Amino acid sequence: MSDLHNLSVKALATLLQTKEVSAVEVATRFLARTGGNPHNAYLDINSEVTLAQAQASDAKLANGTAGPLEGVPVAHKDVFVTRDFATTAGSKILSGYRSPFDATVVQRLRTAGMVTLGKLNCDEFAMGSANENSAYGPVQNPWDTARVPGGSSGGSAAAVAAGLAPAATGTDTGGSIRQPASFCGITGIKPTYGRASRYGMIAYASSLDQAGPMARSAEDCALLLSAMCGGDIDRDSTSLDMPTEDFNASLNNSLEGLRIGIPKEFFGEGLAADVRAAVDGALREYEKLGAKLVPISLPRTELSIPVYYIIAPAEASSNLSRFDGVKFGHRAKDYTDLVDMYKKTRAEGFGNEVKRRIMTGAYVLSHGYYDAYYLQAQKIRRMIADDFQNAFKECDVIAGPVAPFVAWRFGDNANDPVADYLADIFTLPASLAGLPGMSVPAGFGTGGMPVGLQLIGNYFKEAQLLNAAHRLQQATDFHLQKPAGV
Amino acid sequence: MSLTSQDIARIANLARLELKPEESERILTQINGFFGIVEAMQAIDTTGIEPMAHPVAAIQDITLRLRPDVASEPNQRDLNQQSAPAVERGLFLVPKVIE
Repeated sequence: MSDLHNLSVKALATLLQTKEVSAVEVATRFLARTGGNPHNAYLDINSEVTLAQAQASDAKLANGTAGPLEGVPVAHKDVFVTRDFATTAGSKILSGYRSPFDATVVQRLRTAGMVTLGKLNCDEFAMGSANENSAYGPVQNPWDTARVPGGSSGGSAAAVAAGLAPAATGTDTGGSIRQPASFCGITGIKPTYGRASRYGMIAYASSLDQAGPMARSAEDCALLLSAMCGGDIDRDSTSLDMPTEDFNASLNNSLEGLRIGIPKEFFGEGLAADVRAAVDGALREYEKLGAKLVPISLPRTELSIPVYYIIAPAEASSNLSRFDGVKFGHRAKDYTDLVDMYKKTRAEGFGNEVKRRIMTGAYVLSHGYYDAYYLQAQKIRRMIADDFQNAFKECDVIAGPVAPFVAWRFGDNANDPVADYLADIFTLPASLAGLPGMSVPAGFGTGGMPVGLQLIGNYFKEAQLLNAAHRLQQATDFHLQKPAGV
Repeated sequence: MSLTSQDIARIANLARLELKPEESERILTQINGFFGIVEAMQAIDTTGIEPMAHPVAAIQDITLRLRPDVASEPNQRDLNQQSAPAVERGLFLVPKVIE
């Protein structure tokens, strides 16, 4: 089969279970495609490990002990620690680091039978919206290599869009799954905060970070998410003690009568006309499917930018204090004493955006500023979460754009971090509220670049989001479009 | 409100970051640019609002769990130290602290 790399997770799983293809055949095809590292999507590949896992999958398929996703390849964002592949989080400070264990999410997908293809490029410590902050070079957008893939899970989005992996994991702190999924024309979901374990996910902002799958369709995302989620109460104190859920069970439910809330703040003057046209088109499809559009308001949408960019750097400055040149990774060569060793190690090991966020975070947490900034941000965070609960009295899901414009060209925002921050406006509110959110391909805009529709659900309503996304994908074919040459 | 280069030096020390002069300059400009959008936060009346740490607390009581203080992981000292820059006899080495 020559088009294995264009098959869905669902189709690959079926072919593997019926033994029409072997796991080794599938792994070999994807490994061949990653040769030369197209788009700089991967940071580590180890074909020996991958093929050994595939052989083990074939044995399980032969003896009837196969998991539901046995033999289907997946690649992981480099913020998940892995025993068999290097883990850097896109940072020089972790060059050469080997984890003694697998992240819970990695291990859960292994248990489901998935074969690991390697590790995917991302913004350093997941801080960025364009993948321009990786210490190992930017990732290209497969739709236009002069444009960014989005971030921070840019390698994950590019790999799936370019057929370098049928699915990938990502992490979303302020939009890092949804925005690159939108920029690369794929589907991605961030579940409710606390549903997927953060154990082994290198921490950026602990109260916001959440893992989720990225794939070509809602159906594929549902397959991965079902395997990824589940309580991890002994290892992650923020993990919610909830049973696993089959997110594929309700994919085909009717949307008749579904109330879709349209927040007016998401359709203001900052929204580019091409993105608006694609989003409006998707909303018309929903009306045809029987859904009703309900105008709603999320009045503190703009405030989510300062609130997020206070809380996330504050938590990051604390989390990143562990990178000190003692326990793992890089250590500076020349120094005078212990403190000088810390300072030089961190100066050499961290990139500009990471330093900027550590500085911002250390400042807002420092004596005399904590109440005015961090505490005030945490209070407004609650008001933002309450705004969503008010909105959900009138609607079942919320829809709008993922980002104000399509993927930009490399370098366009390079010297203006605040411009990047402002572009996160539509993904930050759901992140702060800890709500599940996803990006679903909704059409194409300027330069033929993909546009994503954002769907936001209430807490624990991932199944409803995936149902809404799946029904849209049954009615449209945007998610089946591929960049030239894939 | 505006930060000064003295503030940047103080925070860099707290954060254990050595910054080159041009880096300090750039970060000062960028952080001050960012605090321009933070001002909007100060005008919000948050009297009586509880700060939120776990977002699901919006709908239910959440307390962050503590587990019993017992060893739950196997001893993997060698594996845990395999990526350390300097190790001797199972110990992490740091520059001399006490003369």
